[in-house]
Amino acid sequence: MTPEFTEREQAFRGEARDWLRANSPGRLASMDTPAGAAAHREWERTLAAGRWSVVAWPAEYGGRDATLTEWVLFEEEYYTCGAPTRIAQNGISLLAPVIFEHGTAEQRQRYLPSMADGTDVWAQAWSEPEAGSDLAGIRSRADRDDERGGWILNGQKTWSSRAAVADHGFGLFRTDPAAERHRGLTYFLFPLATPGITVRPIVQLDGDPGFAEIFFDDVFVPDAGVVGDPGAGWKIAMSTAGNERGLSLRSPGRFCAAADRLIALWRERGAEAPHLRDRVVDAWIRAQAYRLYTWETVAKVEQGWSVGAHGSVNKLFWSELDVDLHETALELLGVDQELRGGWVDDYLFALAGPIYAGTNQIQRNIVAERILGLPR
Amino acid sequence: MKAWTKEQAAFAETLDALLSSAGPVAAARSWALGAPDPGLALWRALADVGVQALCVPERLGGLDAGPVEAAIAFEKLGYHGVPGPWIESVVVAPALLDGTSEETLLTEVAAGEALVSFAAPPMTPRAVDAAGARAFFLSEGGALHRGVTGPLVASVDPSRRLFEVNPGEQIATVAEDRVARALDGAALGCAAVLLGAGERLLATSVDYVGERRQFGRPVGQFQAVKHLLADVRVALDFARPLVLGAAHELAAASFDAGRDVSAAKVACADAAHLAARTALQVHGAIAYTLECDVSLWLLKVRALMAAWGTAGFHRDRLIRALI
Repeated sequence: MTPEFTEREQAFRGEARDWLRANSPGRLASMDTPAGAAAHREWERTLAAGRWSVVAWPAEYGGRDATLTEWVLFEEEYYTCGAPTRIAQNGISLLAPVIFEHGTAEQRQRYLPSMADGTDVWAQAWSEPEAGSDLAGIRSRADRDDERGGWILNGQKTWSSRAAVADHGFGLFRTDPAAERHRGLTYFLFPLATPGITVRPIVQLDGDPGFAEIFFDDVFVPDAGVVGDPGAGWKIAMSTAGNERGLSLRSPGRFCAAADRLIALWRERGAEAPHLRDRVVDAWIRAQAYRLYTWETVAKVEQGWSVGAHGSVNKLFWSELDVDLHETALELLGVDQELRGGWVDDYLFALAGPIYAGTNQIQRNIVAERILGLPR
Repeated sequence: MKAWTKEQAAFAETLDALLSSAGPVAAARSWALGAPDPGLALWRALADVGVQALCVPERLGGLDAGPVEAAIAFEKLGYHGVPGPWIESVVVAPALLDGTSEETLLTEVAAGEALVSFAAPPMTPRAVDAAGARAFFLSEGGALHRGVTGPLVASVDPSRRLFEVNPGEQIATVAEDRVARALDGAALGCAAVLLGAGERLLATSVDYVGERRQFGRPVGQFQAVKHLLADVRVALDFARPLVLGAAHELAAASFDAGRDVSAAKVACADAAHLAARTALQVHGAIAYTLECDVSLWLLKVRALMAAWGTAGFHRDRLIRALI
């Protein structure tokens, strides 16, 4: 079904559609290669110049004060027209909400405009070799340096997406080893060029260095690089975990566009593989369900509902849909399914979904305990 | 899309309150044995809050509400396991009888005084509860006939008393789009009943695994159990918007209504089936008994998966609409 939109919303959607069609360069080289990263940054600059890079932000930071409804409309148009993946995504979706909510005025001024126009790309530095699903097991630490007015970071982060090409990182470090493990963590922002930081790119399944290890060896970060209060890092970080799992990282436009491409592929190839009919239909149904679920969520959020643990329901659904949809497309390609190119590349990207932002095992625990109320 | 309105939410609450205290499980068990009195009492109680009047036009004593309200009611009927020809009386009868010589029957339907049933081959070749109905009909092609009862055939769900139907006197010719709309309404109603049944199976399972102890702890503490039930939560959460979405399309008589009804039926049948298989698994042997009330919903889900269009029928219709 098509939701009902106000005139303002329809005008917004029309303007976004026209601009995107006129300006989108289409698919670019992988953002995890040097040339691809440069092209993606250029696209972020173009988006920002048109004031389309951060539509939901306030106008003073380059946004359009878009409502949640308008943001989802923008995303639908964005993916429908096949615009590039967003190299600025992790900063815009995961860090910016934290800076808006918990940051100082100075931090907002310093970091948000350069994030909005792609000048500064941000990488999330959360996971560690011994702190994956059990994120509160973070060992990397920050020790107080009163003399210089800041903190000394030591330790190692890993699986940090975009770190190989990014300018800044944001992450959690243990500042109070004596405190209960969720309470002794602090949220830091730091330039990756800071002395003592070493970034070692890690090649992903697709052959590109999409994430990296980050080593910290006596890295000084001034107090201006701390978000919120020292010791409040976990609580602050969990407010971005909701963003990561819920609406903001995976808008429905993405899956509807992929489902439409799958239907187009079925038109071409379906006669040779009639046994795939049910899987094609089901992928389309699930994309449609995701779209309607999102609009229902938008309606509820606009009435004051909080997504909370339902972000985990959402993440389970889209991450599995993404893999299944692409596997169905690959089957339709027959013997050509092993060849690199659009569907295989997107499939390799989709395979990460059930792992990042909290593995799907962890999401199932969250759904069972916090939504169904099963005993811990 | 907007969620339910306040009035719609209040209607759902009213139905829950009424049905929670009205003994639908006992009524369903009795209904299955051919003793319909408790079920008929429920039928009248639900008429008092307007369920049977939802789709009947105002001039015939109905509420002239629509598919959205009907979907809300059917989800609750499914959740509480209420027996009877609900889809046939609430949705199919108004859609096919309005404007025919039989339309006054709709006034009795709206008042809760008449049960009506339909067969509509090939999708629905048999009429449920035809023997206890005031009237039943056979809709085939564009022809609407009075039904003549054939033999009772056993459904996997004993509370669905299925009858073979032979055509009697033809009472009307019904336009193709009107028949399609009636069948879409029925399929969507069936999807909503499945959704409600799935919700009930999940709720019952969650209660059970919280209480049942093995190895010195509630079995609901084991991740193997948690993850099964979490998957059911996800499946139901993403089936529900398809029902509401299709109901709005059907209300607007939009071009995509049939396609979206099929999507809803497929998704609700799959989600309810997952809920049923999971409920049986996490209950263990106790749910494999007829004595256990879980059996009512396990068998109902299996039967309704095929009612008003199998998954194969609806997927086929969908792919044809998409290409």
